[in-house]
Amino acid sequence: MFQFIFRRFLVVVPTFIGVTLLAFALIHMIPGDPVLILVGERRLDPVFYQQALHRLGLDMPLWQQYLVYLSKLVRLDLGNSIVTHEPVLREFLTLFPATLELSFCALLFAIVVGLPAGILAAVKRGKPTDHVVMGGALAGYSMPIFWWGLILIMVFSVYLGWTPVSGRISLEFDIPPVTGLMLIDTLLSGDEGAFASAVSHLILPSIVLGTIPLAVIARMTRSSMLEVLREDYVRTARAKGLSPARVVLVHALRNALMPVVTIIGLQVGTLLAGAVLTETIFSWPGIGKWLIDSISRRDYPVVQSGILLVATMIIGVNLLVDVLYGVINPRVRHAK
Amino acid sequence: MNTSLPLDLESIDSSSVPPSPLREIWTSFSASRGALIAAAFFLLLVISAILAPWIAPYAPAEQFRDFFLTPPAWAHGGSVRFLLGTDEVGRDILSRLLHGARLSLMIGLVSVLISLIPGVALGLAAAFYPRFAGTAIMRAIDIMMALPSLLLAVAVVAVLGPGLVNTMIAIAIVSLPSYVRLARASAMSELPRDYVVASRLAGAGQLRLMFNTVLPNCMAPIIVQATLGFSSAILDAAALGFLGLGAQPPMPEWGTMLASARDYIERAWWVVTMPGLAILLTVIALNLLGDGLRDALDPRLKKLA
Repeated sequence: MFQFIFRRFLVVVPTFIGVTLLAFALIHMIPGDPVLILVGERRLDPVFYQQALHRLGLDMPLWQQYLVYLSKLVRLDLGNSIVTHEPVLREFLTLFPATLELSFCALLFAIVVGLPAGILAAVKRGKPTDHVVMGGALAGYSMPIFWWGLILIMVFSVYLGWTPVSGRISLEFDIPPVTGLMLIDTLLSGDEGAFASAVSHLILPSIVLGTIPLAVIARMTRSSMLEVLREDYVRTARAKGLSPARVVLVHALRNALMPVVTIIGLQVGTLLAGAVLTETIFSWPGIGKWLIDSISRRDYPVVQSGILLVATMIIGVNLLVDVLYGVINPRVRHAK
Repeated sequence: MNTSLPLDLESIDSSSVPPSPLREIWTSFSASRGALIAAAFFLLLVISAILAPWIAPYAPAEQFRDFFLTPPAWAHGGSVRFLLGTDEVGRDILSRLLHGARLSLMIGLVSVLISLIPGVALGLAAAFYPRFAGTAIMRAIDIMMALPSLLLAVAVVAVLGPGLVNTMIAIAIVSLPSYVRLARASAMSELPRDYVVASRLAGAGQLRLMFNTVLPNCMAPIIVQATLGFSSAILDAAALGFLGLGAQPPMPEWGTMLASARDYIERAWWVVTMPGLAILLTVIALNLLGDGLRDALDPRLKKLA
């Protein structure tokens, strides 16, 4: 078991090194003088320029600069933002819970709706229900989610007035951040109104961000269920006189879940990319909005490290999913 | 009776003759109603994009100062002069959408082409020289896959700067991995086949083997991927435009149109609705088309339906 985890880990190392190379190269690929880019000023007096050049280590040969960059990474020094002068890592850690909370709720929504929809479509194969679900799934994964968000805001926030337009919580509540997760923090504060406000702020963004994963999960569940429903043991279960619901939900579903779990694991990338758009639409203070804002502010140290952090996170989650397979399924563990 | 013909063509039972490959593909493709409708929609879109300067009622940037935010023709207060209404500076939305179709289709086509060609070449190289080229190429691809496509595109645009051309380059870079992986996988499954070995023994050079012998047999999945790549290119380009990193205003790119429409969400639903609907319908059509082509070209991949 340990050997298996170690082997999976070794596979990831070169990818991670490649990502650090990519992030390192980013600053040097931007047209213009890296000193001016990193200091964030257009004109510098020559003395200060030389100082900055030396301070940033840009007077060293490239390979040496890269090694310095790596050694800083190991010490978790990701540089400072040009705009706020805060350490990038601290900004990331402050904003990350917002993205985590949003992504988690979106995935929850996708699973809670997508899984039953897929099962229903498989059971009612060829019937109108199936066509409706599959048509919806087609629209779902073709959806420009930034537009979908605007439409939902227009209908539910502007015309119906049911949900707030943007942000994580109404301004009237002042919740001390403990975990950074608004749902938990409002519960800890014991203010029911604040909790309700946090929930209502989460609904639309979660639906928007969860739409594509929902469609993907529904399709995968359907095709996986169709395959399993043809198996002999399902026929046997039916012949035994078990109730149709039990056959579908117990005998078939458990065996159909493996590919669905795989596809859910793969949604992390979709969620993080979607977070960029969703957070922009709903002014959600998470890392997606942070990255886009940094690009428009030309805050390149943030862009550089933000991309590195996101990629690291995805590599980490993929590794985790790989290892979990090994834990669940011994065949994966012992395959070469 | 004409005895000089060795075969009596009249007497051959035509039902036993296998249909030509193209005909077979068409029969299989047209069996799906969704794919046919999608193909018709896409054809219509291509035609109207090509003819946009002639069929659009107005120029995309033409401003009508007396008609700010006019609703569509069928809505209360609408005017037949502007079928889909006008935007915040009095530009005709229909005309902008038609011209926007040109941009979207061009972005799709160009970015697919400039990523498909190097992608397939790299994939074939990786399959033919697994030891050196293969390892290096696939490692690089792994790194690119560590970032979700939109984020990678955002990173590329952050480096190159926003704009239409850079959008196409960014999307091409982002979609490269899928072609490389696909071309490599299908080439690897063809390589041990007898016909490849025979051709190698007959003295065919590596390049000839790659492009003349193996590549034609790998085309089916690549064509399907290109269609799906086209749709994600349009989607990603619109997303970049929406984020202000793609085509810049006043270009009538669909995503860019949505970016400026956000401020009118409370009083002009058509400004928000129309460009997104155009994106959605186009992407749906392309995805259906891709599914239909997959079923027709590559029956092995046919999904359970």
